[in-house]
Amino acid sequence: MRISSFMYSIRQGIKNIKRNLLFSLASIGTIVSCLFLFGLFYCVIVNFRTAMTDLENTVTISVFFDEGVTDENITMIGQQIRLRDEVNTLDFISADEAWKQYAEEKFDDPQAAIDAFQGDNPLKNSASYKITLKDLSNQAEFVQYLKGLTGVRKVLSSEVTADGVAALNSVVSYASIGIIVILLLVSIFLISNTITIGITVRKEEIGIMKLIGATNFFVRAPFIVEGVVIGLVGSLIPLILIYYMYDTVVQYIIGRFSVVQSLFAFVPAKEIFSVLIPLSAGIGIGLGLIGSLLTTRKHLKV
Amino acid sequence: MLELSHVKMRYPASKTYALNDVSLKIEKGEFVFIVGSSGSGKTTLIKLLLKELDPTSGKIKVADTDYSKLKRKNIPKIRRKIGVVFQNFRLLKDRTVYENVAFAQRVIETPSRYIRRQVPAMLTLVGLADKYKSFPKQLSGGEQQRVALARALVNKPEILLADEPTGNLDPKNSWEIMRLLEDVNKKGTTVVVVTHNKEIVNMMKKRVITLKHGEIISDEQKGGYIDED
Repeated sequence: MRISSFMYSIRQGIKNIKRNLLFSLASIGTIVSCLFLFGLFYCVIVNFRTAMTDLENTVTISVFFDEGVTDENITMIGQQIRLRDEVNTLDFISADEAWKQYAEEKFDDPQAAIDAFQGDNPLKNSASYKITLKDLSNQAEFVQYLKGLTGVRKVLSSEVTADGVAALNSVVSYASIGIIVILLLVSIFLISNTITIGITVRKEEIGIMKLIGATNFFVRAPFIVEGVVIGLVGSLIPLILIYYMYDTVVQYIIGRFSVVQSLFAFVPAKEIFSVLIPLSAGIGIGLGLIGSLLTTRKHLKV
Repeated sequence: MLELSHVKMRYPASKTYALNDVSLKIEKGEFVFIVGSSGSGKTTLIKLLLKELDPTSGKIKVADTDYSKLKRKNIPKIRRKIGVVFQNFRLLKDRTVYENVAFAQRVIETPSRYIRRQVPAMLTLVGLADKYKSFPKQLSGGEQQRVALARALVNKPEILLADEPTGNLDPKNSWEIMRLLEDVNKKGTTVVVVTHNKEIVNMMKKRVITLKHGEIISDEQKGGYIDED
């Protein structure tokens, strides 16, 4: 396509939007609400996931060994566990460390207690591996696997916490994905309608263009420009809104519910927007493209 | 330049043929009238030549291109070789005379520097150089048809199809348009005029092909209008 033709298509596309202002604004409005919700969900999900990860890292599984298992066997068990995909971290706690931790937690004067046993470790069979998982929903299955390993005496895990966190995480994710998908479909439908109206209004012009010998692409280009511009404008407005809202809301929550801050840290705006800006603009432009391509394909055959 | 052999055309919902076994050949540089009453198949013929329709059977060849072998994406290429003028002008009402003619060049992606040169030249040819800023509704019927003619000619087509070009015009303006078509023909463009303007057909002494109920009933050099009644 020539530069002059490209510019012509852009001018015509923008003219279409102006000529068809009410419907264009309706389409832009829908995309704005769709991507605004998308942006909100995204902020919530990213923060929720960070909180989950923080939480998941505190949910650990402890693996204890049979009496009399050699250090070599323990190392081998560790290597076996480490090979599993589910494992996030794996730390060895020796019997001495376990005793020291226990003493620190239970006695007012831990050193005195340790000294009282005179080097004899009451928890001498309590060496263990502490494991955190990448995804808590796999925990039950993974615990079964651990129990099946030779040399493993006992596996401790907090199942209730794990199940609850995993379930909540999935429910929130699926619900938000569902709502966003519905809104995306509504946006495509509205863009398609707007462009259909544009095509109807310009039917005579399109008919003449085709008879004169305009290529399919040239006839379609202004409508594709129209769709893309609607999508782009529709994606920029919510980005600007969310950008100014995010810090304010975070400050408000922290100020109001100080307990939140002790549980997890909010993801900084910069980090969120480094993903949200290209993602949102991409979705907006994509919606415009899909809407206009589908419509022009249907209505503008040579 | 234009060739139809044994072309039959039946619309999906219809029992009768709009064109029935039509064969004709028009050479490069000819000026031909196609006449016939309404329902004789003239409009169908124009649509077939523009490849707006495909025939039920038979072969159509325009400017050395066999339509049965023409790929969809190449349709615009053949249409650029054909200029068309309609009875109702079909000008874009929201654009000036200049823009209407320039439009024809824009849509086939002519560089702007050519457009700036060729559009005024074409408007001068049809005698509307001083009205380039006017909108169609500010012009008379004859002037509007001249704008349409300028638009059809600006891309230098090999063939000019005129579908009832004088249908909406008074005799004086009709003659002006016919004179312009004759000039265009003298410069080498093949001109095909579909009409039922008896007076013009009889006066101009050109080749006349007469259609009736979808069939050619006469094809005469220097012919006249055949009254079917």
